[in-house]
This record gives sequence, structure tokens and C-alpha cells, in this order.
Amino acid sequence: MAEDLSLERGGRQLFTGLSFAVRPQQVILVEGANGAGKTSLIRILAGLSRYGFEGRVARHGPMLYLGHHSAVKALLTPRENLAWHVSGESQYTDDEIEAALSRVGLHGYEDVLSHTLSAGQHRRVNLARLYLSRSPLWLLDEPFTAIDVSGVAELQSLFAAHVKQGGAVVLTSHQALNIDHQVSRLDLSAGVLP
Amino acid sequence: MNTPGTALFCARLLRRQLVLAARRPVDIGNPLLFFAMVVALFPLGLGPAPDTLADFAPGILWIVALLSNLLTSDGVFRSDFDDGSLEQLLLSPQPLYLSVLAYVCAHWLVTGLLLALVSPVFALMLNLPATGIVALFFSLLLGTAVLSLVGGIGAALTVGLRRGGMLISLLILPLYMPVLIFGSAAVKAAVSGSPAAPYLAILGAMLSLAVALAPIATAAGLRISVDA
Repeated sequence: MAEDLSLERGGRQLFTGLSFAVRPQQVILVEGANGAGKTSLIRILAGLSRYGFEGRVARHGPMLYLGHHSAVKALLTPRENLAWHVSGESQYTDDEIEAALSRVGLHGYEDVLSHTLSAGQHRRVNLARLYLSRSPLWLLDEPFTAIDVSGVAELQSLFAAHVKQGGAVVLTSHQALNIDHQVSRLDLSAGVLP
Repeated sequence: MNTPGTALFCARLLRRQLVLAARRPVDIGNPLLFFAMVVALFPLGLGPAPDTLADFAPGILWIVALLSNLLTSDGVFRSDFDDGSLEQLLLSPQPLYLSVLAYVCAHWLVTGLLLALVSPVFALMLNLPATGIVALFFSLLLGTAVLSLVGGIGAALTVGLRRGGMLISLLILPLYMPVLIFGSAAVKAAVSGSPAAPYLAILGAMLSLAVALAPIATAAGLRISVDA
């Protein structure tokens, strides 16, 4: 939940008086041109930015944040990356990790060092955390970057499944969302949630 | 499928850091090589007279150990900052204090501990009397742990800067001084035949203080660096 958020960067007012609540079963797509403050907003919501903005953010319950960086270590295998993940969110069994990796199309790559994988595959290792996560709130910054067309479709159906189970997704994207669920749009140039 | 216990999580972090270090053996070898190179420079600069070298050996060995620690502490959080792992660590429900301790512990195991283990060889190179070698080993064992903990603070504060190397030296070298003073004093005492234990006890006290306080400062530094 966010109340009366204002953000100024480099002398420019990015948004002001922004108030909204994220409720279960809600998908919020944050829109805006490059530099509109989408990433800053997600980081404020996640609690990574704690200063430099005005307003209040209240968080209830665990959340999963996936940012611009994939947080995948090149010198670890995808399996190790997930099993020893620094978020310390949950403890997964080998089977769960294998299932998640095969869901993101990395079956057979579980035990190769990640630096041999492509940029898109790095992103996919990171996205496998969505399949493992039990956090109700997902904060995703450009989750579709470097993901191919079928991967995007699969992610969108995953979002739909997640909100149907009572979760919520806040994401930024320049792509149109094509999911089987109502999507609220938050346009940062307008600053209000319709 | 539940949130892992904190002890288990820290053990896993430690293992992760050690595996990462083991897969980049250059990072482990470099400080040792640096240590060897600089120790080899002193006989060239001071002259090869064994007695002179033996006099200076405690100070030389400790200063070089300190510099080689300084060289590596810059990188403790660097790669995790660059690839976004640090953000995930800060969002973790686990206490950051203990996570930081796990990082620093891994750093000490691959730098300070190894340095202490090989230090007798370098001590012999500089003709340090045998009575000083035991004191050198134990003072390095305790002292480098303090250095790693203090270095973690500097690393956390400068991780967001492109060229933090110089700044980190300015930030933490003053904090390294007490360790240097009591570390080399322990070795000198042992060489001259007086007990080294009081100096080692003071190093131990510094270590206790550093374990208690340094991770708090490091955690705060990481939050500031990621926020900026």
C-alpha cells in the first residue's frame, strides 16, 4: 500500500501525490515513458529506496522482487543459484528446483555453470524463482526483457494463475499484457489509478 | 518448503561464497602472491644482512599482511552488487547482521587464514627467529579476522562507487592501525623472549569488539550503497 508518494530526481518532479493500494487478485501494470520513474517506484515499493522520496509505504506480508539485474551468479550452476539464493526466502527441495527450471525451459542446463548460458537464459534462471515462490506479492521490473515470445506468453499465464490464487502482481513493462484477468494500469505521467 | 532457519541460511551463504571463491582460484592466489612478492622486495631494499632483516621482520610481515588484506577487501560485495544479488540479500527476511558475518567469514577463510598458514615460510625468508614464528601465526590468525571485519565496512560503503579502491584505503587504514601495532608488538615480544600472550589477548579483545560492532556498520553501509 502506498500513500501520497512524491519523487524528485535531478530537479524534475517525476510523480506527486501518488496513492494506491495493491489488493489480492490484482495485476497492476506501471506505465510511463523511459525515465518516468517506473523502476524508482518499484524500488520504493520493495523497500530498497528508503530515502529521497516523500510519502509512506506500508507492506504486509512477504513479497518477491525481481529487478533489472538477474542476481544470477555466473560461477554457480542454475541449481546452485536457486538452492543457495541470497534472498533466503524459502528452502527448496531438489525436485522443486528441477521442476521450476524445466518450467522456464532450462531442463538439461541444471548443472552447467551459468556463464555458459545466454542473457535470456540468465533471466530465465531468475524467473524460475516465480515458480518456486510462495510470496503473495510480486514486484517485477521489466520481467519480459530478453525473453522470447513463447516465454512471455508462459509468464503471462503464470501471472494469471498467481492472481487467481489470491496473489498480486505489480510490474513494469513496455509490452502490452495479454492475460486472462483484469489489469489495472498505473500511468506515471498521470499519477492516478483509474 | 518453509523459511530456512537462520543458522542454515548463514551456513548456505558461507558455502556459496566459498564455492564462488574456489571457482576463481586467481582471487585466492593473488593476495598470497602479492605477499610473497613484497616480502621478497625488502631484502633488495634493505640489504640482505640477516640480522637487519630479522630486526625488521615483525613489522614487515605485518604491514604486508595488512596491505594484502586491503587489496582484497574491496571485492567482498562487489560482484553481488553488480549482479543484483545484494538487493535480494537486503530484502531477505534473514537478519542482515548474520548474513554480513557469513560474507566476512568467507573472506577471512580465503585470505587471512591462508595468509596465517603460509606466514612461517615468509618469516623464514626474512630470518625471523623461530621463537617469533608461533606468535606471528597466532597474531595473524586473530588480527586478519579483525582486518576482514573492518574491511567489510569500507567495502560496504564504497561498493556503489566505480573507483572505490583509493577511498577504501583512506577510510579503513586508520582503523587498521591498532591491529598493526599490537600484532607486530606480539611478534617482537616473542622474539625478545617476553610473553606474547598479553598482546594476543588484546587482539582477541579487538576481535570480539569487531565481531559485535562491524557487521552493524557494514549492514548500514550496504543499505546506503544500494539505496543510492
